[in-house]
Amino acid sequence: MSEKHHIIPVWFFVGLLLLTYGALILASGIAEWQNPPPTVLANLHAPVWWGSLMVVLGGAYINAFRPRRTL
Amino acid sequence: MNHALAMLIPERLVRLSTVDLAIIAIYFFVVICIGFYLKRFAQSGEDFFLAGREMTAWVAGLSFLSANLGSLELLGWAGSSYQYGILAAHWYWIGAIPAMLFLGIVMMPFYYISRTHSVPGYLQLRYGKATSGLSAVSFGFMTILMSGVNMFAMAKVMQVVLGWNIHFSIWVSSLTVGIYVASGGLFSAIFNEVLQFFLIWFGALLIPILGLIEAGGWNGLVARIQHNFPGQNFTHAWSTLGRFEDNPMGMHWTGIVFGLGAVISMGYWTTDFLVVQRVLSARNLRSAKLAPIIGSFFKMAVPLIVILPGLIGLAVLPEKLVPESALQPGQHSYNDVLPLMLARYCGPGLMGLGVTALVAGFMAGMAGNVSAFATVWTYDIYRPYIRKTATDQHYVSMGRWCTIIGLFISIGTAYLAMGFASIMDYVQALFSFFIAPLFGTVLLGMLWKRATPLGGFLGLLAGTLTAIGIFVSMKIDHDLVAVFALSPLAKGLAQDMYQALWSCLVCVLVTVGVSLATTPKPAVELTGLVYGVTPIPKEENVPLLHKPIFWAGVALALFVILQVIFW
Repeated sequence: MSEKHHIIPVWFFVGLLLLTYGALILASGIAEWQNPPPTVLANLHAPVWWGSLMVVLGGAYINAFRPRRTL
Repeated sequence: MNHALAMLIPERLVRLSTVDLAIIAIYFFVVICIGFYLKRFAQSGEDFFLAGREMTAWVAGLSFLSANLGSLELLGWAGSSYQYGILAAHWYWIGAIPAMLFLGIVMMPFYYISRTHSVPGYLQLRYGKATSGLSAVSFGFMTILMSGVNMFAMAKVMQVVLGWNIHFSIWVSSLTVGIYVASGGLFSAIFNEVLQFFLIWFGALLIPILGLIEAGGWNGLVARIQHNFPGQNFTHAWSTLGRFEDNPMGMHWTGIVFGLGAVISMGYWTTDFLVVQRVLSARNLRSAKLAPIIGSFFKMAVPLIVILPGLIGLAVLPEKLVPESALQPGQHSYNDVLPLMLARYCGPGLMGLGVTALVAGFMAGMAGNVSAFATVWTYDIYRPYIRKTATDQHYVSMGRWCTIIGLFISIGTAYLAMGFASIMDYVQALFSFFIAPLFGTVLLGMLWKRATPLGGFLGLLAGTLTAIGIFVSMKIDHDLVAVFALSPLAKGLAQDMYQALWSCLVCVLVTVGVSLATTPKPAVELTGLVYGVTPIPKEENVPLLHKPIFWAGVALALFVILQVIFW
């Protein structure tokens, strides 16, 4: 994003947050698989697939925008 | 909801688990770390106030959109869609898209080429100090007031939804915003707005997905709404606007097209410095033109996470929500529809994400207000009127202090709002007083070289006084609603549309009249500021897919298709 300042791109922080939150939500979904919360459509296990999507997207952003060492 | 009623509600809407609290805590930790990280890059005035003017079109575009995508906006418009149906989507479509495209294609070149740091800064170059001063003082005053009122609204929502202590919410969120904005300036504000954009989408998008599954798709949703509310039309955007009495808003299509589409949205999206500042941070003219166009695509999609949850609420909620003025213990108001839907579909983890999205939205809104206030205070009030010559470092230091002081004033305003619940409605209305006439002043300044400094000043003043006069007179004598808003059935939102329309018309008429009677500035002084005497840089030799005008055309076509689909 920044050529003048060499700031870590904001997309890296987006990836970091998505990966962290996705992992927490996925873990929470797996933990409650046998005993889902009393929410509507809990049988669809939304935290599992939504958390997985966030982990994948977060990982992709981190990989694409991670700070790289330059000579 | 007033304070007393809020205290009467014993049940919080949602309960948070440990994982939810961890998600919220991580957000606070990350934004403070980002603020400290960015401090080293915000050393010059251009860095602190305009993020170094080096943002890409995507970053500037998402930030431009997010500055307007606060939590009050989400909660309020979701509630409005429960109350008025899909009519509320007009504020995202005709009330935003044409204006965003107009800003990108027509107005951005003048803002960008003039190298101005703010909208009052442009007015100073075009009309002189008087018009700029009037605009800067009104903007600064209202922005800081809005920041405080929003802060109180956030604390109240957190109290009702989560059961959090109101003082805890105000102080923790304010100190966090203070730390990261005073550290990194506009860099921090923009970074957090981009984070907020992703949080809001990931936190809210599950509601329409699961809601549509539960309702049986769009056709099932419409059938359920018709079953629950027979005889009422909540799912057509235009076909009920032929007469005031045919729709729940008491609105006529002229109010939507001319009041909302031509004046209010144009005024807000093209002259409110809170959003324009984000585009000014773009690294070149093409990025600055593309930024609002990119924002327009996402703006068109926002009804998915705001309007659709309200409609799903009409279809699936077993209880009927009521206006806040009629709220009784045990009932929920229209504005609770989004938290209610969140609680309906989201368990531990997802609930924390949804609440974090709301908190992030509130904090980004506060950060946007204080960063814009710091810029306008430092460059448009302090520098021209108090200390004309000082080093760049001095002005950066003033910006940092101004951020902190602005936040403390906001906290004071939040406590003021706590004592006078109705102040929130009035401040919201007051803010709109300045936006509608300001659009007339800026537009004439950019497109008509004959507009004179005295014409601009008196036009802006007359337009503002007209808006205030109409607002007060309709409050005092309700019969005047039929005169100014064209129908006695016109409700609050409809009244706002016509009030804006008249104030902008008066501003334009006075500016034109006075300008024709006074001496214009010589053309050489208008170079870089006005159409016709400004050489606009030719579009770079880039492929069609990189041209702003191409994407503006695509956005416009999508906008028209949406209107036809939901006619």
